[in-house]
Amino acid sequence: MDKPSKIAGRVLIVPKHNIDTDMIFHNAHLAITDIKQMGRHTFTSLDGFKDFPEKARPGDILVSGGNFGCGSSRQQAVDCFASLGVRLVVAESFGAIYKRNAINSAFPILTFPGILGAGVSEGDEVEFDLRTGEAFNRTKNASLGKGQPFSGVQWEIYQAGNLFEYGRRAGEEG
Amino acid sequence: MGKTTIEKIFSLRSRDAVAPGSIIWLDLDVRSARDFGGANVVKNFRAHYGDAPVADPHRTVFTFDCQVPANTIPYANNQMTCRLFAEGQGMRVFDVDAGIGSHVTIDNRLAVPGDTVVGTDSHLNILGAAGIFGQGMGDVDIAFAFKTGRTWFEVPRSMRIELTGRLKAPATAKDAVLALLGMLGSDGALDRSVDFTGDGASALTLDERITVSSMVTEMAGIIGFFPVDGETAEFYGGRDLPAIAPDPDARYERTVTLDLGTVVPSVARPGSPSDVVPVREAAGRKVHSVFIGSCTNGRFSDLHVAAGILKGKRVAPGVMLKVVPSTRGVWQKLLESGDLQTLFEAGAIVSQAGCGGCASGQLGMTGKGEVQVSTSNRNFKGKQGDGDTYLASPATAAWAALTGVLTEPKE
Repeated sequence: MDKPSKIAGRVLIVPKHNIDTDMIFHNAHLAITDIKQMGRHTFTSLDGFKDFPEKARPGDILVSGGNFGCGSSRQQAVDCFASLGVRLVVAESFGAIYKRNAINSAFPILTFPGILGAGVSEGDEVEFDLRTGEAFNRTKNASLGKGQPFSGVQWEIYQAGNLFEYGRRAGEEG
Repeated sequence: MGKTTIEKIFSLRSRDAVAPGSIIWLDLDVRSARDFGGANVVKNFRAHYGDAPVADPHRTVFTFDCQVPANTIPYANNQMTCRLFAEGQGMRVFDVDAGIGSHVTIDNRLAVPGDTVVGTDSHLNILGAAGIFGQGMGDVDIAFAFKTGRTWFEVPRSMRIELTGRLKAPATAKDAVLALLGMLGSDGALDRSVDFTGDGASALTLDERITVSSMVTEMAGIIGFFPVDGETAEFYGGRDLPAIAPDPDARYERTVTLDLGTVVPSVARPGSPSDVVPVREAAGRKVHSVFIGSCTNGRFSDLHVAAGILKGKRVAPGVMLKVVPSTRGVWQKLLESGDLQTLFEAGAIVSQAGCGGCASGQLGMTGKGEVQVSTSNRNFKGKQGDGDTYLASPATAAWAALTGVLTEPKE
């Protein structure tokens, strides 16, 4: 059965632009290969958000600004959110490599220009529709407008569970 | 309709229709992983493909450049994971003695213009300087590429940066790309492929092109290409190269122009590669340490400029000067040219070839209160430690080492 298109959860906000991969998951921890060990290092070098690993609860949604995840190619900067149980990252835009890393590991991310000013506060319960890009703030009972819906390949990899399975389905096993 | 450089290369390496925004399957000529990321590539590969062979072991490689040789046990373990996997697969390893993977790829002619290369280095797109498509990717992506020799890719939109005029000494290619970062900002090329065109672009050497291309990443771009021309052909020893250059009627979403003649020695102030000011505006700032190296400015010509400035002199008392050649080949040239002795006598610490301090790697983090001048490409807060990092050219860095303060280089 297909994974649902709608994801709802409590929103945590990092209201900054150009959050780079060292701020998300610092290079001091790059040797970590066990995803379970990654979550506790999330944002621990970003002033004002170092308590994120304690604050985040499984099912939360992260909202941030433009060019999120710029910088290095490290997969850990995506995996650390999965490690914490964060279900979705919504940002005004994403760094290109970051976007691929999230898509290929079937971790949902949504590009949503203007989301920081769209009327969402920390702690609000918000529902995002991956296929339409629409967002609804349940706490404030208000629409937040529309981001960019998942692309075709993003949706297919999301449904397949990862790039490897998607490749098998696409007949690209090499 | 004319094609941009990326459209041209993708058309050569894909059976799908190549147009901006379309998703294509792309054939990959070279696939690589570093000591950073490599162990996770192996882990993903084994989990999904078991003992199956990699796509083509001759052009699937490991390049170790982060911690060389390993200075932590986890890194030593990760490197061994890669070595043992490579042994079983018959893959080549450019080990801890080789230097920065992207430079090793260029200098060993592992790829030629028109080729496509992926690896776990977000600056692998420096290959665009030689008309090669290079792209940094995460370990899931690379594990898939190791197995299939292909990947999916969204064809990016292209923008053009036209370079006119000539650099006037003491301004350098690093100052030019810093000027572009100042103009365009940290997301000025977001998701775009950049074509550098114009007589100013043609006049740059391959080393200078590498410096410029390397920082397209800091503009959030996918890659920055220089046209394949006589300069490229000379590097490839006159061998027949495909004509990789944008068509005259290629369509660009945006064109910006920079007159290289207007470029002045510049620095990016701590915190952001796009917070760029002329050196003279920051002159006098006390400097504790200087790093000359990295994939942006670790080539022989870069270190040679620094050696020329430091020849017969000593760095200022209390200043730590770290020099890290990009490859073993550069190390050898330092040795043979006498620059090594010059740098040593000036007080420099010359380290093994590699990425240097960039990824908390082989040497020299900064401490609280430390002001560093670095020829690398990133100065995000905390990246190279708790100190403040200014990005600058090798010339500006050498003058800072010599005088102990930020100083505008003299001709």
